[in-house]
Amino acid sequence: MPGIRNFTLVIRGERRERDPSMTATSSAIGGRLNRDSDDLLVVEDLKTHFEVPAGMVKAVDGVSFSLGRGRTLGVVGESGSGKTVLSRTLMNLNLGSNVHSSGSAIFEGRQLVGVKPKQLRDLWGLDIAMVFQDPMTSLNPVVKVGRQVTEHIRKHLGVSKAEARETAIQLLRSVRIPEAESRFEAYPHELSGGMRQRVSIAIALACGPKLLLADEPTTALDVTVQHQILNLLAQQRRERNMAMVLVTHDLGVVAGRTDEIAVMYAGRIVEKASTKVLFSDVRHPYTEALLRSIPKTSNRNHTRLAAIAGRPPDLINPPSGCKFSPRCPYAQPKCFEEEPPEVNAFEDHLFSCHYPVGTEENKAAWDRNLAAGRPETVAVATGSVSEVDIRAKGEEILADLTTSEGAD
Amino acid sequence: MARLMLVRVARLVATLLVVTFLSFIMTSLLPGDPAVAILGQDGVQNEELLRQVQDDLGLNDPIIVRYVNWLGSALSGDLGESYINSGQEVSDVIADRVPVTAQLAVMAIVIALILAIPVGILGAYKQGRWQDKASSAGVQVALSVPNFITGIFLIWFLSVKLDLLPASNWNRISNKGIWANLQTAIMPAMALGLTQAAIFSRLVRSDMVATLKENYVLAARAKGLGDGYILARHALRPSSLSLATIIGINFGALLGGTVVIETLFAIPGLGFRLINAISQRDIMVIQGITVFLAVVYVVINFLVDLFYSVLDPRIRRN
Ligand SMILES: Nc1ncnc2c1ncn2[C@@H]1O[C@H](COP(=O)(O)OP(=O)(O)OP(=O)(O)O)[C@@H](O)[C@H]1O
Ligand code: SF4
Ligand SMILES: [Mg+2]
Repeated sequence: MPGIRNFTLVIRGERRERDPSMTATSSAIGGRLNRDSDDLLVVEDLKTHFEVPAGMVKAVDGVSFSLGRGRTLGVVGESGSGKTVLSRTLMNLNLGSNVHSSGSAIFEGRQLVGVKPKQLRDLWGLDIAMVFQDPMTSLNPVVKVGRQVTEHIRKHLGVSKAEARETAIQLLRSVRIPEAESRFEAYPHELSGGMRQRVSIAIALACGPKLLLADEPTTALDVTVQHQILNLLAQQRRERNMAMVLVTHDLGVVAGRTDEIAVMYAGRIVEKASTKVLFSDVRHPYTEALLRSIPKTSNRNHTRLAAIAGRPPDLINPPSGCKFSPRCPYAQPKCFEEEPPEVNAFEDHLFSCHYPVGTEENKAAWDRNLAAGRPETVAVATGSVSEVDIRAKGEEILADLTTSEGAD
Repeated sequence: MARLMLVRVARLVATLLVVTFLSFIMTSLLPGDPAVAILGQDGVQNEELLRQVQDDLGLNDPIIVRYVNWLGSALSGDLGESYINSGQEVSDVIADRVPVTAQLAVMAIVIALILAIPVGILGAYKQGRWQDKASSAGVQVALSVPNFITGIFLIWFLSVKLDLLPASNWNRISNKGIWANLQTAIMPAMALGLTQAAIFSRLVRSDMVATLKENYVLAARAKGLGDGYILARHALRPSSLSLATIIGINFGALLGGTVVIETLFAIPGLGFRLINAISQRDIMVIQGITVFLAVVYVVINFLVDLFYSVLDPRIRRN
């Protein structure tokens, strides 16, 4: 895993507001002076709301991040936290008259949000590509694999049919599809799930994109295939120096393969840090809960996040104050009233919490809640993992995954 | 594949047997005695003669015997003779009338498809916008206007006002050539086609709306492909399965059900002849035409099934 400390993820608005001396320090540490121009994608206050009869579904509600060339960002969160909507917003794929997107996403100086799709068509498939969650549904069942791999090559690169075919077969080989020539003539249903996802990856890589958005690319696949596909993605990403946003349920997936991780809850990023820092110095109680929900046993690489106690928030009428407060074991009166501001700790470790994990205040909040018998707190306290030091666990997971990644 | 075809053909034969038998029973349930119709009021007075005619026609045999007799000759291509117009072979009647009606039906369907596919696609593509609302309103109107009203309007407009086309009659290709034939065929075909177009475009629109939400359509967009290309290349075929079904069903219905339009335009079609035979209790003709239509229905459905596998390669395997 190259360049763990050289992470590129910054919340820009935040950093500028902060004490200039601190910014200077952290920049020096990260070696990121004047590297703003390296940013491939800068997302600021991105929102996507859906108008439904019951009200506004705030699926993505103010997300900011930036991503450097060749970097990988993992986006993690429970089901319904807005990960898919976020990646689709970047691709302008949320269709329908009830969709309201705002904010900004600048890709190489070009605005992606609030722009007519027609104006972005020369980017899609060429500079920005997407791999979808379910390879069973993301390939057209009535169109041959070959056409699906070549159609945008021909469009974007203006090559002849024969050249496109040649390129496509090379691509299919490079994603390790055996008998690429005959697969070229096949229909998707003639391929296995893993093969289809390889085809999807070949399609996404076809025009040499600078940014790949991968929305849970392996969730629909079985365990061994998941591993192969993830390694294939990582290898291709390295070879092509392509930036990637890897969306997933699966903490194991991001732990081994990303530079940075953003944890999403109810349409917001609640904590974001370099992968190493996030696992070793978790600050947000939600991230902590995610970590805690990983089973101790082996094979955690492929474990879906176990449910965290309590229900995911209502996105139409979210809880007041901190959105995690109804489920948070540390919640204090302040949490129910005031939304916590985004805080940037050392080295661009961002989180929004009034009582961050690892602080004295957090410990005091825990003791108070335990004494008062707050059910969410008691549940954690009596749970089987209550004694585990969550930081030690994070470090252990990270070490584990980094080695297993290196061994592949 | 060969075995599959064999199974399908066997099923086809079984269906045809059931259908012909049922239509045989239905026709014999018609009130009124064909013998009476043949002999007229005077002949009925003569009991002997009546019995004689009834025996000749086999009307006194049990229905199953009549069916087996009929089936035996039908299989050898003999559908019997008209009771009323003696000497007229039922198979000749059909051979004479079917080309006319079939041409009308095919033209109506083609016109309907030419109108319906773009309108349906537009409605789905611009779902909820004014283009969709306007086309839906147009479709609603087209659905609620009966064929013959459209026909009358066309006659008034194209024949009376503009004097472009003959108002009625039918020119056979064999007699007058294709051009004269089309001149008489186009108006009734349009009158029939408009309703079909409305039905088809509704289907295309609703199937297309569903298809456009499919992940593979999003994936095609994410590749930067143009909307027109996506609609034509990625969305149309998967949205055509119910359309294919309805085309099959409606084609069959058009073959037997164009009486009103045939009457309006004085077209010597199948439906016209069928109604005629019914009013005369000309059972052999009724039976022949009914069975013919039933066979066409079944065969068309068979073809539609085959066509599915052209539309969707996944069906080819099962
Ligand atoms: N078109 C839409 N209209 C209304 N609500 C929507 C629409 N699309 C998504 N949502 C809602 O937005 C929220 C976020 O959905 P999203 O699919 O982004 O979650 P996710 O984090 O990707 O979850 P998962 O892990 O299950 O894929 C969900 O509550 C979903 O119901
Ligand atoms: S702000 Fe309060 S409720 Fe929210 S995560 Fe932090 S401690 Fe929990
Ligand atoms: Mg999702």
